[in-house]
Amino acid sequence: MLAAGMVYSLVGGSVPAFKTFGLKFIVSGEWDPTEGRENYGALPFIVGTLMTSFAALILCLPLSFATSLFLGEYFRGTRVARILGLLVDLLAGIPSIVYGLWGFYVLRPAMIELGFGGRGFGIFTASLILAVMIIPYATSLSNEIISMVPNDLKEAAYSLGATRLEVISSVTIPNARSGIVAGYILAFGRALGETMAVTMLIGNTNLVPSSFFDTGNTMASVIANQFGEADGLKLSSLIAIGLLLFLITGIINAVGKLIIKKMN
Amino acid sequence: MKVVLSFVLAVVLLSACQNSSKKSNDAGADNVSLTAAGATFPMPYYNLVFKDYTKETDVLVTYGGIGSGGGIRSLKDKVVDFGATDAFLSDAKLAEMPGDVVHIPTCIGAVVIAYNLPGVDELKLSDKLLEKIFMGEITNWNDPALKSNNEGVNLPDLEITFVHRSDGSGTTHIFSDYMSKVSNKWAEEVGAGKSLKWPVGMGAKGNPGVAGTISQTEGAIGYIGSEFAFAQKIQTAKVQNSSGEYIEPSIASISAAAQGEIPADTRVMLTNSSDPASYPISGFTWIILYKDQAYDGRSQAQAKGTLEFLDWLISEKAQGQAEKVNYAPLPEAAVAKAKAILRSVSYGGEKILN
Repeated sequence: MLAAGMVYSLVGGSVPAFKTFGLKFIVSGEWDPTEGRENYGALPFIVGTLMTSFAALILCLPLSFATSLFLGEYFRGTRVARILGLLVDLLAGIPSIVYGLWGFYVLRPAMIELGFGGRGFGIFTASLILAVMIIPYATSLSNEIISMVPNDLKEAAYSLGATRLEVISSVTIPNARSGIVAGYILAFGRALGETMAVTMLIGNTNLVPSSFFDTGNTMASVIANQFGEADGLKLSSLIAIGLLLFLITGIINAVGKLIIKKMN
Repeated sequence: MKVVLSFVLAVVLLSACQNSSKKSNDAGADNVSLTAAGATFPMPYYNLVFKDYTKETDVLVTYGGIGSGGGIRSLKDKVVDFGATDAFLSDAKLAEMPGDVVHIPTCIGAVVIAYNLPGVDELKLSDKLLEKIFMGEITNWNDPALKSNNEGVNLPDLEITFVHRSDGSGTTHIFSDYMSKVSNKWAEEVGAGKSLKWPVGMGAKGNPGVAGTISQTEGAIGYIGSEFAFAQKIQTAKVQNSSGEYIEPSIASISAAAQGEIPADTRVMLTNSSDPASYPISGFTWIILYKDQAYDGRSQAQAKGTLEFLDWLISEKAQGQAEKVNYAPLPEAAVAKAKAILRSVSYGGEKILN
């Protein structure tokens, strides 16, 4: 009921924007808030959101997958795994503004040193911080699932002379597949909606980014930035962006569910 | 059935809340407390003097810094006693309000140009240079146009990074209003407003965000609210005013911007003032309230409390505190006009202040 109410108010609020701009709202890269020639298009933010989230997912994949194997398979039940698991979960508890500050004062200067883009701001820096932020979500779920794979199956494989790597690739992963995917979908959803840390690092330029090292903006970040002073058509456009974000999250979740279903 | 029940319950609860809030309003009739919301730009000043007023009179004044747009919305929804805004309401916006709204200026602030150039401690910028830098036509600090304007200053070979506000802001409004006045090109391509379609640069949130990004980026330039810049002792550029003088932003030079003619309703932008001693990127900040205070079941005591407070806010006592938090106090002419406006506010046709 709550979700229905949210959809209802989002749709209601975004009607003026869609009425004025039609479908152009989604495909237009123009964002001009100056009174008298207002023109809003959500494309820069849609592209920015998808770019940062996908990049974050790809960056987090090897890290969190390795971590969950370490915790759920190689060192399952040991003290090392418990402490490490606790630390990973702790990452999930850090407020995003703290990630943002760390990114601003530590990661950004480091990016400049390494020569990625002139000023350290941009899609890539934001994706890096997002990747760190979503690692715990992906890790703890897949770690849980991996450790739940029945021992009988693994022992059977060992008794047939399989090496550890073979056991992981042909027994553990196929069994835990759907749970692992679910973990990454959850993580991806987090990345889509993340606001504060992204705002502080992405550069906030309302243009369609031309590369991963360009500055840009995301849907959540533009809403947080502009909502306070917005009224009329602009407010409606921001609400419409909120609705689109809601839809994108819904689609991603549906696709994820479909993948899991196909796998089983 | 369950859904219906919970819905009914929610409605009952909500209406109960409303009742109790109404009641507390009535109960507070003799002991007035005021609620206001709006601009963040004058917040340090409001925080300081609102507290003073509470100490002095026992009238509690709460202020929510939710942005000028939020202040206008709150007044429109009649959830506050008065709103606060950095940009006056245009005639079109005034017409959208449910009642006549008046503007009371409360203090003057400015927008300063901050930069980060190691080894450079004086920078003079003409309006032409500002246009070229912020439109992206000059991209390096060693540009001949910049050099010839700053003789004797060793400008480095460094890329210019423009940092602007990413959030909607009255600071941006004052800055862009000035740019539109001095540059036709800016007026045509960018215009004035609380948030803009920027030709170049990147955004950071709030004055602290812009100031932080500038201090962390060599070769950065940006605009910051004077109240924040002065409090943080941020290095600022001298800007050429309409008389051709290069003026350092200070309380005195900001105050000078308000020496010119002020219209009776005080709705005027002070940018690009004709006064030769004025800093050109200055502006009023306003309190807005309804001209007829008898609306939405407000008690007369509440209306009286609001007006008495606002009258105190523009008195010498409150204005004297402005400099402490780096704002310029209102000049006498503006105070006189504001007092006249306050005295035109009525409660259902009945005069409130004498």
